[in-house]
Amino acid sequence: MMSLLYGLVSGILFGVLLQRAEVLRYDRQVGALRLMDMTIFKFMLTAIMVASVGIYFLKDMGLVSLSLKEAAFGAQIVGGTLFGIGWGLLGYCPGTAGGALGEGRLDAAWGLLGMLAGGAVYAAIYPALKATVLGLGKVGKVTLPQVMGVSHWVVIAAMAILFLAMFRLFEKKGL
Amino acid sequence: MKRSWNPYLAGALTGLLLVLSVAVAGQYFGASTTFARGAAAIEQTAGVDTSRYEYFSTKGGKYGPDSLPNWQLLFVVGIALGGLGASLASGTFEIKRVPDMWAARFGDRPLWRNLTAFAGGVVLIIGARLAGGCPSGHGLSGLSQLAVSGFVALAFFFGGGWVSARLLYGKGGER
Repeated sequence: MMSLLYGLVSGILFGVLLQRAEVLRYDRQVGALRLMDMTIFKFMLTAIMVASVGIYFLKDMGLVSLSLKEAAFGAQIVGGTLFGIGWGLLGYCPGTAGGALGEGRLDAAWGLLGMLAGGAVYAAIYPALKATVLGLGKVGKVTLPQVMGVSHWVVIAAMAILFLAMFRLFEKKGL
Repeated sequence: MKRSWNPYLAGALTGLLLVLSVAVAGQYFGASTTFARGAAAIEQTAGVDTSRYEYFSTKGGKYGPDSLPNWQLLFVVGIALGGLGASLASGTFEIKRVPDMWAARFGDRPLWRNLTAFAGGVVLIIGARLAGGCPSGHGLSGLSQLAVSGFVALAFFFGGGWVSARLLYGKGGER
């Protein structure tokens, strides 16, 4: 029960932040894919910078644990590309489509229906996928610092420097 | 209040929200699994025997109809409520059938926009389930944990989206 309440409250707060930063909008999402408007990347990459510091700080204190998804190159390359193609067509993602409907974008409702249909299709074709793409290139639940054999703080710092350089470029180009 | 919030600031607050969610509720952000679970629940309600589908019973029914309601469903519903509340409070709620960018290129007939949105939703969820996550799960949560899976998935989300947007809108980024 508490878990449901936590989900609702964090969803509402996330929805407010997404809406007020205009990240929910089709024009912003597709604008990023067309390299015209980097609003959604400014939002997302800043969130990642802050969260990576917070999560690893709390993990070092022994207060939280990671919940890693398995790296499977076949699944993530094929699935990632398919996701991207669908994302370009819809212009909303699974997290933002509901929020977009909330701010009155009626086309998002068709996207949500499509996603539910997609879930049914996925379940129907799962056995074929499991026998092929899903098994390819599995390397386990690993993090970049583990693979590189360096401290996670080195990777967090490098990532922050890269993102800040990207932000500088975005601002310079007026994106 | 119509003016949007700075995306860096809203992103930083989102990062803090994610850290808080992990620390308090033990939950990393994610959204796409809810649509597979939603499909399972709808099929079950419609009288379909969902146990026919291996996917819905795999991992102890993690994706099955009985996994709902859970944290993530409420999170996704919360985003919609947050989007609605924030847009109403800021005077940016607007019933829109076709996004401006789409209308400028393809006209303002809702039919084509809705069909494309539906098809995009189908493809995107198949991709997300294959990859094991969406820009929330792999992007925000994955990169914040420095997960190898997150970096690979996000690169291909964007690559696929770039191709898709380019096919729809052609070369060049004129507004």
